[in-house]
Amino acid sequence: MSTVSNIVNWARIKSPWLLHFNTGACNACDIEIIAALTPRYDLERFGIQLKGTPRHADILVCSGPVTRQIEDRLVRIYEQMPEPKFVIAVGTCSCTGGVFKGCYNVKAGIDSAIPVAAYIPGCPASPKAIIDGVVKLLSSLKEK
Amino acid sequence: MHDSHKFKIPIGPQHPALKEPESFSVALKGEKILGVDIRLGYNHRGIEKACEERTFLQDVYLVERVCGICSHSHSTCFVQAVEEIAGLEIPSRAKYLRTLIAELERVHSHLLWLGVAGHEIGFDTLLMYTWRDREIVMDILAQFTGNRVNYGMNTIGGVRRDIDVSQVKDALKAVDTLQERTKYYIEIATSEVTIIKRLSGVGVLSYEDALRLDAVGPTARASGVKRDVRKDDPYAAYADVSFDVITDNHSDVYGRTVVRLKELLESFKIIRQVLENLPAGPIAIKAPRKIPAGEAISRYEAPRGEDVHFVKSNGGEKPERVKIRAPTLANVQAVKHMLKDRFLADMPIVIAAIDPCFSCTDRSIEISYLDDARKKEVLTWPELHAYSIDWHRKRGIDFSSLNKKLKEGFKTS
Repeated sequence: MSTVSNIVNWARIKSPWLLHFNTGACNACDIEIIAALTPRYDLERFGIQLKGTPRHADILVCSGPVTRQIEDRLVRIYEQMPEPKFVIAVGTCSCTGGVFKGCYNVKAGIDSAIPVAAYIPGCPASPKAIIDGVVKLLSSLKEK
Repeated sequence: MHDSHKFKIPIGPQHPALKEPESFSVALKGEKILGVDIRLGYNHRGIEKACEERTFLQDVYLVERVCGICSHSHSTCFVQAVEEIAGLEIPSRAKYLRTLIAELERVHSHLLWLGVAGHEIGFDTLLMYTWRDREIVMDILAQFTGNRVNYGMNTIGGVRRDIDVSQVKDALKAVDTLQERTKYYIEIATSEVTIIKRLSGVGVLSYEDALRLDAVGPTARASGVKRDVRKDDPYAAYADVSFDVITDNHSDVYGRTVVRLKELLESFKIIRQVLENLPAGPIAIKAPRKIPAGEAISRYEAPRGEDVHFVKSNGGEKPERVKIRAPTLANVQAVKHMLKDRFLADMPIVIAAIDPCFSCTDRSIEISYLDDARKKEVLTWPELHAYSIDWHRKRGIDFSSLNKKLKEGFKTS
């Protein structure tokens, strides 16, 4: 790996920007994601910032099972993100579909629509688990 | 101004101002909103149908996942309906514990709302402050129920977990701290000029409109409508505790902020009374697996307003029909009214002011027409069939010749 790409990779790991997208979740995982970003848990100390647009984001944080309405939008948002991009599935629903598996309007987990880099199970995933998942994803990038 | 200055902008399903996927199509003239079209349904998962495929006990946990913020509201509302059908009289300790969790949930939800509202008006310091204080009540909820969100406290016939004396002490201490903090927020909200100026006169909903549009919860109470299920139709232990229904006559976002903040103080009052007068005894009674045939409607004052569940049983293990009417659905029409002739910049805070929860609301999918020639809202099956043939024909797809060929093919072979 060249020096330039080393520096780029280092910078990427130090300040990953998140985009949070609710793909049909019950809000539980969403409030836990926000809780992870606020003072008690403070995910921002890893240089992480929540962004409003997919074009600025490195990591897409998805919560909830993929509903049929949201599927096209999810793929579109994923395609708008610049490379390299990573997806984190927060909560049991977004990992596998959870309790909503088999519902007529629910496809399954996030990986039924887009590739997922990290799975964080839990109903809802606690802020501690979310931090753990994000840190594990970032440290896996270090090795690349 | 010329007509060409009118334009439409889509907001959502993914938008920085929205926490959940819903979409608003806003017709604008300059900065002024002419009309708003709200399209819901992105969060529709088919919970009502899923309820019919699971047993009553499984449904308690499923309806809890209707909404993660007011999860206890939905599960309590559901079990109340089931208990009514089955004719179960639950122990009074269980009633008190349900009330306790309900009020703790209201505290966490209102603090959460205050933070989100602060964020929407660009006051992120308030977001960080309230969410820090919210962790105190989250700790108490985790201690009582074992989970921070989606508590799993209810079961048919009572509650699943008991609390002991040391937990009561911890909770009373936490309530004292929270009350101090809430008083500080009330002081900020009522004296900070920036907040008052930003929120006053925004999203106005008059008393008459609140009644006409069937607003519920703090949205209605901020317009002077004294409506609270906890007082009007007491459930759980609300008949035994004393508290006031907070109303305000500002009728705007500022009024809704004040109502929610003062409701926090009332919640602390209720929590204290419940903790001090907790009756002894069992926490649950045994419920039958099969619920006798019958139907019931249950009402519950969720943090966002009145939540209504309808449950129908046919005497089996599974319900025949479950219908959920969440408070946001009642308030969403009011939002449309509040936004009319207002500025686009007010939109995020006006939407946030009803404390919307679209995962609660999305109980059905609307099939809307893409052309403007719609005349009827509800179509019968033959009409829908004719419409689909027409829709495809307009786009150059004609199946009639294909159908004919297929029919002839069947005849000859």
